[in-house]
Amino acid sequence: MDELRIAGRSFQSRLMVGTGKFASNQAMVAAMEGSGCEIVTVALRRVDIDNPQDSLLNHIDPARYLLLPNTSGARDADEAVRLARLARAAGCEPWVKLEVTPDPYYLLPDPIETLKAAEILVREGFIVLPYINADPVLAKHLQEAGTATVMPLGAPIGTNRGVRTRDNIAIIIEQATVPVVVDAGLGAPSHAAEAMEMGADAVLVNTALAVARDPGAMALAFRKGVEAGREAYLAGLGKPQDKAEASSPLTGFLRNEPPRHEDTK
Amino acid sequence: MMITLNGKSRDITTGTTLQELLDQLHIDCRTVVVEHNRQIVSRQQLAEIVLSADDSLEVIHFVGGG
Repeated sequence: MDELRIAGRSFQSRLMVGTGKFASNQAMVAAMEGSGCEIVTVALRRVDIDNPQDSLLNHIDPARYLLLPNTSGARDADEAVRLARLARAAGCEPWVKLEVTPDPYYLLPDPIETLKAAEILVREGFIVLPYINADPVLAKHLQEAGTATVMPLGAPIGTNRGVRTRDNIAIIIEQATVPVVVDAGLGAPSHAAEAMEMGADAVLVNTALAVARDPGAMALAFRKGVEAGREAYLAGLGKPQDKAEASSPLTGFLRNEPPRHEDTK
Repeated sequence: MMITLNGKSRDITTGTTLQELLDQLHIDCRTVVVEHNRQIVSRQQLAEIVLSADDSLEVIHFVGGG
């Protein structure tokens, strides 16, 4: 596959993987390996002081994966900026998946706070990958503010509903000057393939892998879906037509055709 | 003296440094990031900062997330 470039860095894989909700660290590692991903998202939370856990970082090889901390849990720009700074202080490269989701029911991103936070973080030297609703105008504002990508949602986080925002994602892709990563809601490899066929540069998947009976095998299936979709996009897909277009010749049949109606006029 | 640690009150010995507190709690400082009264603390500073009464601490680490 052709390489993906984000903020001057090259990636062979166009599938990013989230590390949340896996039944075990082994299942998470199986999904990371099956997916062939090079970018994994992580979240920042308080340590459980009375019951310190095994560090997640013991299971993610930093030489193999770029850690992309998210700002999940942030309800406004200030909280998101605070989390991004903490992630960088924890030793991460200054990459951040910016998400501001004040509404816990649909987890839809707040466009105004996201743009505000993006402007601050870009100024501070962060490489900002903002999670957004599939709003083409917002996507333009963000790329003008200097974000490294835009990450429109296909459907709300964790819903497995596919590319429900298809028409707006098509507009975002058409207008994009930065890579478009379709994030959230992709529940099946066909959903990932659909996004890639449309010309998305990459996709991010988490729940679909974490809830699969076999996360490693599902991750491999998503990898194939992403690759198939990308290759189809590059090869050039046929346009949908209203009427049939025969694939076999409409001449030389083993019968004598009567003159066609138009010819007798 | 009392401090607030990850949102909960905690009684600690006067004169404790941040590094000593983490050691007492069996927390490996390489796996966490610490905020002291809303200021991010670098690992080098952990041993230098002596805690005061009513200080507020956040000890944060990475967890799985999308």
